[in-house]
Amino acid sequence: LVFTEEDKYGLYSNLLYKYFLAEGVVCGHDLFVASAKEHPDNILKELPAPLLDDTYRKELGEEATAVKSEDFQDSMKIAWRYQNLPKMEASPTTSTKFGHYYDISKTMSPELFQSIKWHSFYLPEELSLQPKMKTCSMNSAYARLLQSIQRIIYQEGFDGSDPQKKQKNILRIGIQSLGSMLWGDDICCSDTPEDTHSLTKFLYALRGLLRKSLSACIITVPAHLIQNKAIMERVTNLSDMVVGLESFIGSERETNPLYKDYHGLVHVHQIPRLNSLICDVSDTKDLAFRLKRKLFTIERLHLPPDLSDTVSRASKQDLAESAKLLSSGCGAMAIGKKHLDF
Amino acid sequence: QGKFTLLRDTRTDGSFLVHHFLSFYLRAGCKVCFVALLQSFSHYNIVAQKLGVNLRAAKERGQLVFLEGLKTCLDLLFGEEEEQSGQPSPLQFISENASNLKALFDFVRTSLTPTGSDSWKGPVLLVDDLSVLLSLGATPVAVLDFIHYCRVAVCSQLKGNIVVLVHSSEDSEDEENELVVNSLCHHSDLILWVEGLVTGFCKDVHGQIKIIRRASLELTAEQDHLQIYQYKIQDKNVTFFARGLSAALL
Repeated sequence: LVFTEEDKYGLYSNLLYKYFLAEGVVCGHDLFVASAKEHPDNILKELPAPLLDDTYRKELGEEATAVKSEDFQDSMKIAWRYQNLPKMEASPTTSTKFGHYYDISKTMSPELFQSIKWHSFYLPEELSLQPKMKTCSMNSAYARLLQSIQRIIYQEGFDGSDPQKKQKNILRIGIQSLGSMLWGDDICCSDTPEDTHSLTKFLYALRGLLRKSLSACIITVPAHLIQNKAIMERVTNLSDMVVGLESFIGSERETNPLYKDYHGLVHVHQIPRLNSLICDVSDTKDLAFRLKRKLFTIERLHLPPDLSDTVSRASKQDLAESAKLLSSGCGAMAIGKKHLDF
Repeated sequence: QGKFTLLRDTRTDGSFLVHHFLSFYLRAGCKVCFVALLQSFSHYNIVAQKLGVNLRAAKERGQLVFLEGLKTCLDLLFGEEEEQSGQPSPLQFISENASNLKALFDFVRTSLTPTGSDSWKGPVLLVDDLSVLLSLGATPVAVLDFIHYCRVAVCSQLKGNIVVLVHSSEDSEDEENELVVNSLCHHSDLILWVEGLVTGFCKDVHGQIKIIRRASLELTAEQDHLQIYQYKIQDKNVTFFARGLSAALL
């Protein structure tokens, strides 16, 4: 369960969210897109197009990309035991190239969607379809979303309930702006919300669903709006991985020369520790992101003169972690290396 | 016998202690009731195998009673309407909104009460982790009541042990959680407090552990014993050493 704290204007977290979904399309996974503010069809239309390798490796042709996506699909299949538990792109491959690159100036062509199945959940539509439903003692919007996810998992056999299914595929779930007003939850606008437990109950149930099926999920949450910090602490406890994006727009850091090449910082608050006792130790560095014309890259924070290797491969050698909140030793990590590059 | 141990972690993950206690008690031949709220059974199973214990086998021979919180919650929320054999789900407080953990306590008590054919030494209750109950809607008072009832049943009546994990932090804004943790601290016989290093992240030392033996609870009017060690977690093992004497430095 990957939990992303949105940056102030939601620009960059949206990008991260779309990357997650785009990666799913390219790898042939099924998608489940949920949102309360934007129709999933629109979200999917705006997914970035995958970059063909020719820019970096001079390989041309549709065949190359087709082979690559199959390779990755294979690697997911070989490592499918690990996929039983949700992680974001956790396949312990040793190759340094992991995932695909995306070109954000172009949108993904509709042909790529043909091969995958995707499901959507758009709250305003769902509310009009079925005005009444029994609540599981949580906010009704969350309850509906949960029902919907559970139904898809069960119907499509992601939880292994259908032994006939030979193809084991992975469901990528993306939920946008959870906890915001649009979901009917008032934790973002008041200090003493009506039901402090809705979000946490929803996350707990979602965690249960993810654990027993072949799915991975990314959630973006406007954390800066949530007044009650206790909820954020509980939510962090319930997620496997927590990443926060802090953009420099409108803050005094925008003009700070230290940050002049970057658009924001990435804070990794927690990394998953599954199936293992150990924490994966790696160099903790500050991470920053920047939005170039075509690429969104996450790199180690360099001082301005030292820009020699800021090519997007810079942060790929080892696991990237951010200094601030991990500095107190909660760097807990399980198998697999995680690359934050797209 | 009859001891209440509190595992507390701050700014780091203390679940390695839970794995340790689980394997320790199973190897010692005790009957264990494990209320696992945060992770799935396979997670614990895989780690336990690395530590040399097979949870599945323990479950089959009745030594381990495992409550998988995530799965039970899903059964509760998505299960069929009819009551399964008239037994309420241990986690029914989630949907009932009753903030009453009695069902959970009943579950614990029935699983640890020795039946005629049992030959296990001493019952043990293990909880990972208690802070999740608060997230699911239980009030702090309900959680404390639950622990109290468990202590009476398990520690006093059955002469067993209880080990509970909680998360806490000095500058935490989660007042309910802090309330529960502080209260439990006062009642524990042994506190194992795991913290990240104050000086920041370090590759070789993952954190420090404070061991507080609450001698002040006994009638001998002694002070609490406090010991501090640092530790490093490896794949199958955790090494402890005195402060400043990490293997990397020597």
